[in-house]
Amino acid sequence: MSAAEAGPVLEMRNITKTFPGVTALSDVNLTVRPGEIHAVCGENGAGKSTLMKVLSGVHPHGGYDGEIRLFGEPVAFKDIRASEARGIVIIHQELALVPFLSIAENIFLGNEQRTGARGVVDWNATLQRATRLLRRVGLRENPQTAVADIGVGKQQLVEIAKALSKEVKLLILDEPTAALNDEDSASLLQLILELRDQGIASIVISHKLGEIRSIADTVTILRDGRTIETLTVREDPARPAELSEDRIIRGMVGRDLDHRFPDRTPYEGDHATALEIEGWTVRHPVDHQRKVVDDASLTVRRGEIVGIAGLMGAGRTELAMSVFGRSYGLYEAGTLRIAGRQVRAKTVPAAIEAGLAYVTEDRKRYGLNLIDTINRNISLASLPAMVRRGVVDEHHERSVAERYRNSMNIKAPTVHEQTGRLSGGNQQKVVLSKWIHADPDVLILDEPTRGIDVGAKYEIYTVIDALAAQGKAVLFISSELPELLGMCDRIYTMAEGRLTAEIARADAGQEVLMRHMTRRQPAAGARNRD
Amino acid sequence: MTTTTRSPHSGIPPQQPSAARSAGAVLLENMRGHMRQYGMLTALLLIVVLFQIWTDGTLLLPNNVSNLIQQNGYILILAMGMMIVIIAGHIDLSVGSLVAFVGAMAAVMMVKGGMPWGLALALSLLIGAVAGAWQGFFIAYVGIPSFIVTLAGMLLFRGLTQIVLEGRSLSPFPGGFQNLAKGFIPEMGPYTQYHNPTLVIGLVALALLLLREHRDRKRQLAYELEVLPTGLWVGKCVAIAAAVIAFTLTLASFHGVPVVMLVMGALLIGLGYVMRNAVVGRHVYALGGNKAAAKLSGVKDQRVTFLVFVNMGVLAALAGCVYAARLNAGTPQAGLNFELEAIAASFIGGASMSGGVGTVMGAVIGGLVLGVLNNGMSLVGIGTDYQQVIKGLVLLAAVGFDVWNKRKAGR
Repeated sequence: MSAAEAGPVLEMRNITKTFPGVTALSDVNLTVRPGEIHAVCGENGAGKSTLMKVLSGVHPHGGYDGEIRLFGEPVAFKDIRASEARGIVIIHQELALVPFLSIAENIFLGNEQRTGARGVVDWNATLQRATRLLRRVGLRENPQTAVADIGVGKQQLVEIAKALSKEVKLLILDEPTAALNDEDSASLLQLILELRDQGIASIVISHKLGEIRSIADTVTILRDGRTIETLTVREDPARPAELSEDRIIRGMVGRDLDHRFPDRTPYEGDHATALEIEGWTVRHPVDHQRKVVDDASLTVRRGEIVGIAGLMGAGRTELAMSVFGRSYGLYEAGTLRIAGRQVRAKTVPAAIEAGLAYVTEDRKRYGLNLIDTINRNISLASLPAMVRRGVVDEHHERSVAERYRNSMNIKAPTVHEQTGRLSGGNQQKVVLSKWIHADPDVLILDEPTRGIDVGAKYEIYTVIDALAAQGKAVLFISSELPELLGMCDRIYTMAEGRLTAEIARADAGQEVLMRHMTRRQPAAGARNRD
Repeated sequence: MTTTTRSPHSGIPPQQPSAARSAGAVLLENMRGHMRQYGMLTALLLIVVLFQIWTDGTLLLPNNVSNLIQQNGYILILAMGMMIVIIAGHIDLSVGSLVAFVGAMAAVMMVKGGMPWGLALALSLLIGAVAGAWQGFFIAYVGIPSFIVTLAGMLLFRGLTQIVLEGRSLSPFPGGFQNLAKGFIPEMGPYTQYHNPTLVIGLVALALLLLREHRDRKRQLAYELEVLPTGLWVGKCVAIAAAVIAFTLTLASFHGVPVVMLVMGALLIGLGYVMRNAVVGRHVYALGGNKAAAKLSGVKDQRVTFLVFVNMGVLAALAGCVYAARLNAGTPQAGLNFELEAIAASFIGGASMSGGVGTVMGAVIGGLVLGVLNNGMSLVGIGTDYQQVIKGLVLLAAVGFDVWNKRKAGR
């Protein structure tokens, strides 16, 4: 199965797609060779999703210009079923599984295994084939388990099993590891490699450059709806990558990013403590036996950016949400002090009143009202302050939103745009604007750059930096260690609900952090060192 | 349609001077946000014109316009409350039964108990508030879905109606109470061929509307926000003036403003203002749009939900009084299917099944679409059998248009 003897699996030539008023794609070319993993990357809004929608028939033939050839043959898909019939399967970032159906039912959803009689499901065949597919993707679960009962990582594998059941020839994965922890990510990437060895070509859309380097053979970079370049990551699948992350970034943003993080003056001096958490313990909302946060103590001073590093499930979000008006779990013990005063905020309004703000890790579910406008989202947490004579002053509200649209560089035609129509980076800027306008003393940022492109990330870092410079205390939760190392003055590591270490900027490195993030018991003296 | 150009490679778009945007772009943008409402307003006007021609001008005769308002008053009152419930992401199936129950209680108080009608009206509204609080408690604080709580309420209040009325109708009501549905504002001043107080009310309304337009524009300019170009704005003001004057003259050439219209007008202005401008109104939209995000932004979700149902209860009680006054009796079968009419009016007027969208004005427009259809079809002699079929199709078409329109916008 060498690339030389067969023609390309897929050729997309001069694809141009316009929406009223916008050119989303212009003359984009993409060629996928047999048995290769082809990464597509670019900033949000560069046209990656649109390109995949054109390919999979979501944007039907006739709605775009250009030509798509599959195994050398021109194709014209009128919908997603047509493309699936030809072996193109797309797995979206938001998984399309029905939670209360079993794994087997999900795998064959829309493609039910039938007995001779039309319209009758053959359960034996369904279960047998599902078992075989699960073995192929390396998932050891009973096919009759409900999808809601398995983790996100396993659900991703079910999606792939579903794709395999359709005799996939070209697998498209949109941000496949965005919601996965490191371990699940690694096994998923391994699976994609195995599928490649079985002759299934993949297109992987990813923001994680390290991931691209570890699995992709070729990378195509899109910017502003155009193909910028196609680069070879490695000559030989067996060899390590020859392409550097900086090189990819340069293509994506069209400029050299000497600094992925703003130059910030490290925190110095001894400002007053803004946030002090002591002995915080929280139990799981359903499983009361489990302590999700166990005796956590930390401090953040004014003007300081303090990170929390931890793997998924370490309890970072749970700690943050529980501190923020007890919005998660069952509070058991612990004290919270803001600017030296003890705060007993049992509700979110009380927490906001006390000077806390929490920017959620899941902006679509917990951060934004996607069907409402930018200005109304920004004002939501500080409406009482916008009241004039008993009612919300809409003009004031609009001018506030306009101010943030300019200062945060939110790319939208007006502040009356629905937030659901914005790209991830711009949505995040709206959420940040909301909380900045609430003027808190302490900001807890939970994965503030998740799913955001490099350019927007830099802008968000700049904002965080500016907040610290104004004297706000920032607690920065992230799964991306380089980001923590680039931004934080101090970093706490968290594992299994406990804070396992506190590391100063100068002493921190990826290896040190990772070691403490995977450690079970806290070392003596690691807590409360100051 | 924007005239500014920007290079595709610059990350930061140049600031667009507001003057550079063409009038068309601003108008289009204004309309896009309210597509459903403008669409329905256009549909309402079309229906009015259609029946006006079909009935040889009977539809818009002054006495029929009065009649139209009095016929639909209680449905419109219910629709306004229902719209708010739906925006909050809930539904209320109990309002029809509550209308009957409050009408029955009013009848018991006045006909059996001989209570003065003013006091009875106040107590009726209080009963509505208590009923709303009862349901709101279970929905907001206990967490039972509103569909179930109000389905239970539908049975409960209907049963209570039959219990208090002992299965019979009670009548008649005092004249003052009947005026709520049938009365007009009394005539004053010299004979002018027109109803004087109505002319005054019309003029005041016109002045207030234009003043608001003017003040809004001035404030928008002061905050350096985008505004409609002067020409268009003047056109809009002229259109408002023409509509208000025509409507005022129509009413003034009959008995004047019906009492129920005054009540509805006050509700429309008051509730519209609360939903648009008050913090609690904004919180209702936020809850319906994304409950989790609203909670994490500090919205007191339980209290807001509770208040929404208390409001609905009071409005249902008001509608119950108006309906009883119109029938001049408290009857066990009152308000049958009213909840469905109110829900249909809300959806025709722009509500969304998943909540977070809609306006009080939309509910009124939706209710009027149904009302004009009812009235017009009766005038041309279409039987109630076909009327139902047509109303069903209108509901389907209105929501279908919206779905289609959204899908087009999403592409």
